[in-house]
Amino acid sequence: MTMTTPAGSTEVVWGRVRQGRRTADRAMKLIATGFTFLAIFVLFWILGLLIVKGIGGLSLATFTHVTPGPGSEGGGLANAIVGSLVLTFLGIVVATPVGVLAGTYLAEYGRGSKLADLIRFINDILLSAPSILIGLFVYVILVEPFRGYSGWAGGVALGIIAIPVIVRTTEDMLRLVPGGLREAGSALGAPPSVVITSVTWRAAKSGMVTGILLALARIAGETAPLIFTALNNNSWFAWNLSGGVANLPVTIYQFASAPYENWQELAWAGSLIITVSILILSVVARRIVRGGK
Amino acid sequence: MAAVTDHMTAPGAPAIRRTPMATFDLIFRNASFLAALFVLVLLAGIMLSMVIGGWPAFREFGLGFITSSVWDTQREQYGAWPAIVGTLSTALIALLVGVPLSLGIAVYLTQLAPAWIKQPVSTAIELLAAVPSIIYGMWGLFVFVPLFAAYVQIPVSNLVEGIPILGTVMYSRSPSGLGILTAGIILAFMIIPFIASITRDMLDQIPSVLRESAYGIGATTWEVVRHVLVPQAGVSIIGAIMLGLGRALGETMAVTFVVGNANRLSASIMDPGSTIASRIANEFNEAMGLQLNSLIALGCILFFVTFVVLVAARILVARVKSF
Repeated sequence: MTMTTPAGSTEVVWGRVRQGRRTADRAMKLIATGFTFLAIFVLFWILGLLIVKGIGGLSLATFTHVTPGPGSEGGGLANAIVGSLVLTFLGIVVATPVGVLAGTYLAEYGRGSKLADLIRFINDILLSAPSILIGLFVYVILVEPFRGYSGWAGGVALGIIAIPVIVRTTEDMLRLVPGGLREAGSALGAPPSVVITSVTWRAAKSGMVTGILLALARIAGETAPLIFTALNNNSWFAWNLSGGVANLPVTIYQFASAPYENWQELAWAGSLIITVSILILSVVARRIVRGGK
Repeated sequence: MAAVTDHMTAPGAPAIRRTPMATFDLIFRNASFLAALFVLVLLAGIMLSMVIGGWPAFREFGLGFITSSVWDTQREQYGAWPAIVGTLSTALIALLVGVPLSLGIAVYLTQLAPAWIKQPVSTAIELLAAVPSIIYGMWGLFVFVPLFAAYVQIPVSNLVEGIPILGTVMYSRSPSGLGILTAGIILAFMIIPFIASITRDMLDQIPSVLRESAYGIGATTWEVVRHVLVPQAGVSIIGAIMLGLGRALGETMAVTFVVGNANRLSASIMDPGSTIASRIANEFNEAMGLQLNSLIALGCILFFVTFVVLVAARILVARVKSF
């Protein structure tokens, strides 16, 4: 019963059926591999393009000069970079306490409650809600009533986008903390709030930091909500967030299709800066998660 | 920490000792509860602000706001139909292109990739989601659009000219590269990471016994995927696709760069059009009065469409997670 039949005769017996199945299998493998390479190719195409086009516009002046007015020479992105950092930071400052506390409620207090299930569900929807709608929402509640675009509104809009990200990762990370740790804390007589702040949070710290970093990466490149809230301006960044605040994404948007060559160059340089920072942030966040495991 | 030391050093009867603790406990509990409620308030606030902000437009035009194709700032006539059609058609094209690509990637990552290649490739695919929308717009406008005009729009237009249906749908009157199809293709690459990574996780979750027994009876990799994995993950893959659809419907910046921002409706997917999001982004800063209300009303329509899609997506994804 062992392989006494020659290879040729098995092919005759199985031949046609096996051939068809193998062709389908090969074709599928080839297509799946090809699709994967296509997607990776597009990623590197975009990155390569940014490097080629953006590196020319990068110079010391990019970081020290403010954005140029229409038709003027030179200029840099200094105000836009600082403005972007401030708005992003403001967004994270708004989002972190709310997001961490809400995530804590879902993971610690709300286990099994219907309300917590609903909040979790709504949070997942907000997580993928179009950012343009959040921009419109902040326009309606913060820009229109106060009659003017402001950095505050921009920061709040970014914060609202970041909240669901932080809620989700905080909850996921707290759920990974073994129950035994909580029980040990309670057995020592610590009330729930102390168990959470000094045992569970501490055990899940790296994961929670990752969530905040991911939120940071998510909001750093957001453009649409800022068009309706912070808008832009061409002057040096002032610590006054009640007017329009220059920021990289809107500057890129306005400069990219402008007729001035230095504007276009700056748009590419800005794109390079913002994309590289976001990719580094995302990779670092992923590293922390993997290192934490 | 402060609370713990307080607890250790506080002298006196248990009743006195417990009071500050209990207060902090209550505050902490209520603060986290309020923060969680805030998530609900946010969604309700977004919904309300869209309805209230768009109300003047809905009141002025009634149902005609949705069905009218006129968008005329001079005569103050606004209709959402071209933007709705543009939104749906770009999203549909994105799914037609993006879903096969995403499923292929998920299959490659879970079934075919050697172990050492799986992690870096997964990360690369996920990084596609980290690239900001506006960068896709730059890439689309300055690189993809000229190539698309030269190698797809012009040849295809020459080919289909005069053919009954194709000649209408695929013919480009001004082959600039901008248009509904271009926007759809770029959207496809933007939704790939979402669909691919959820599908990958779903395929990874399927107990390997199922896979192994299928291989054990002599199935090929394709047969295992087609007859074992896909039926098992079935509904959740549809959920993942709907999540991608939710993304595609509301994507703004990339689409604004490449869709052409035309206000009229064209039968051809090669012609410029506009989506709800691109219309809002494009006109918002110059809009006043009824135009502003009409733009927010457009946002309201977008909200309810994506809301329904995302709710369906989450229900489908969640249902299978617990199988």
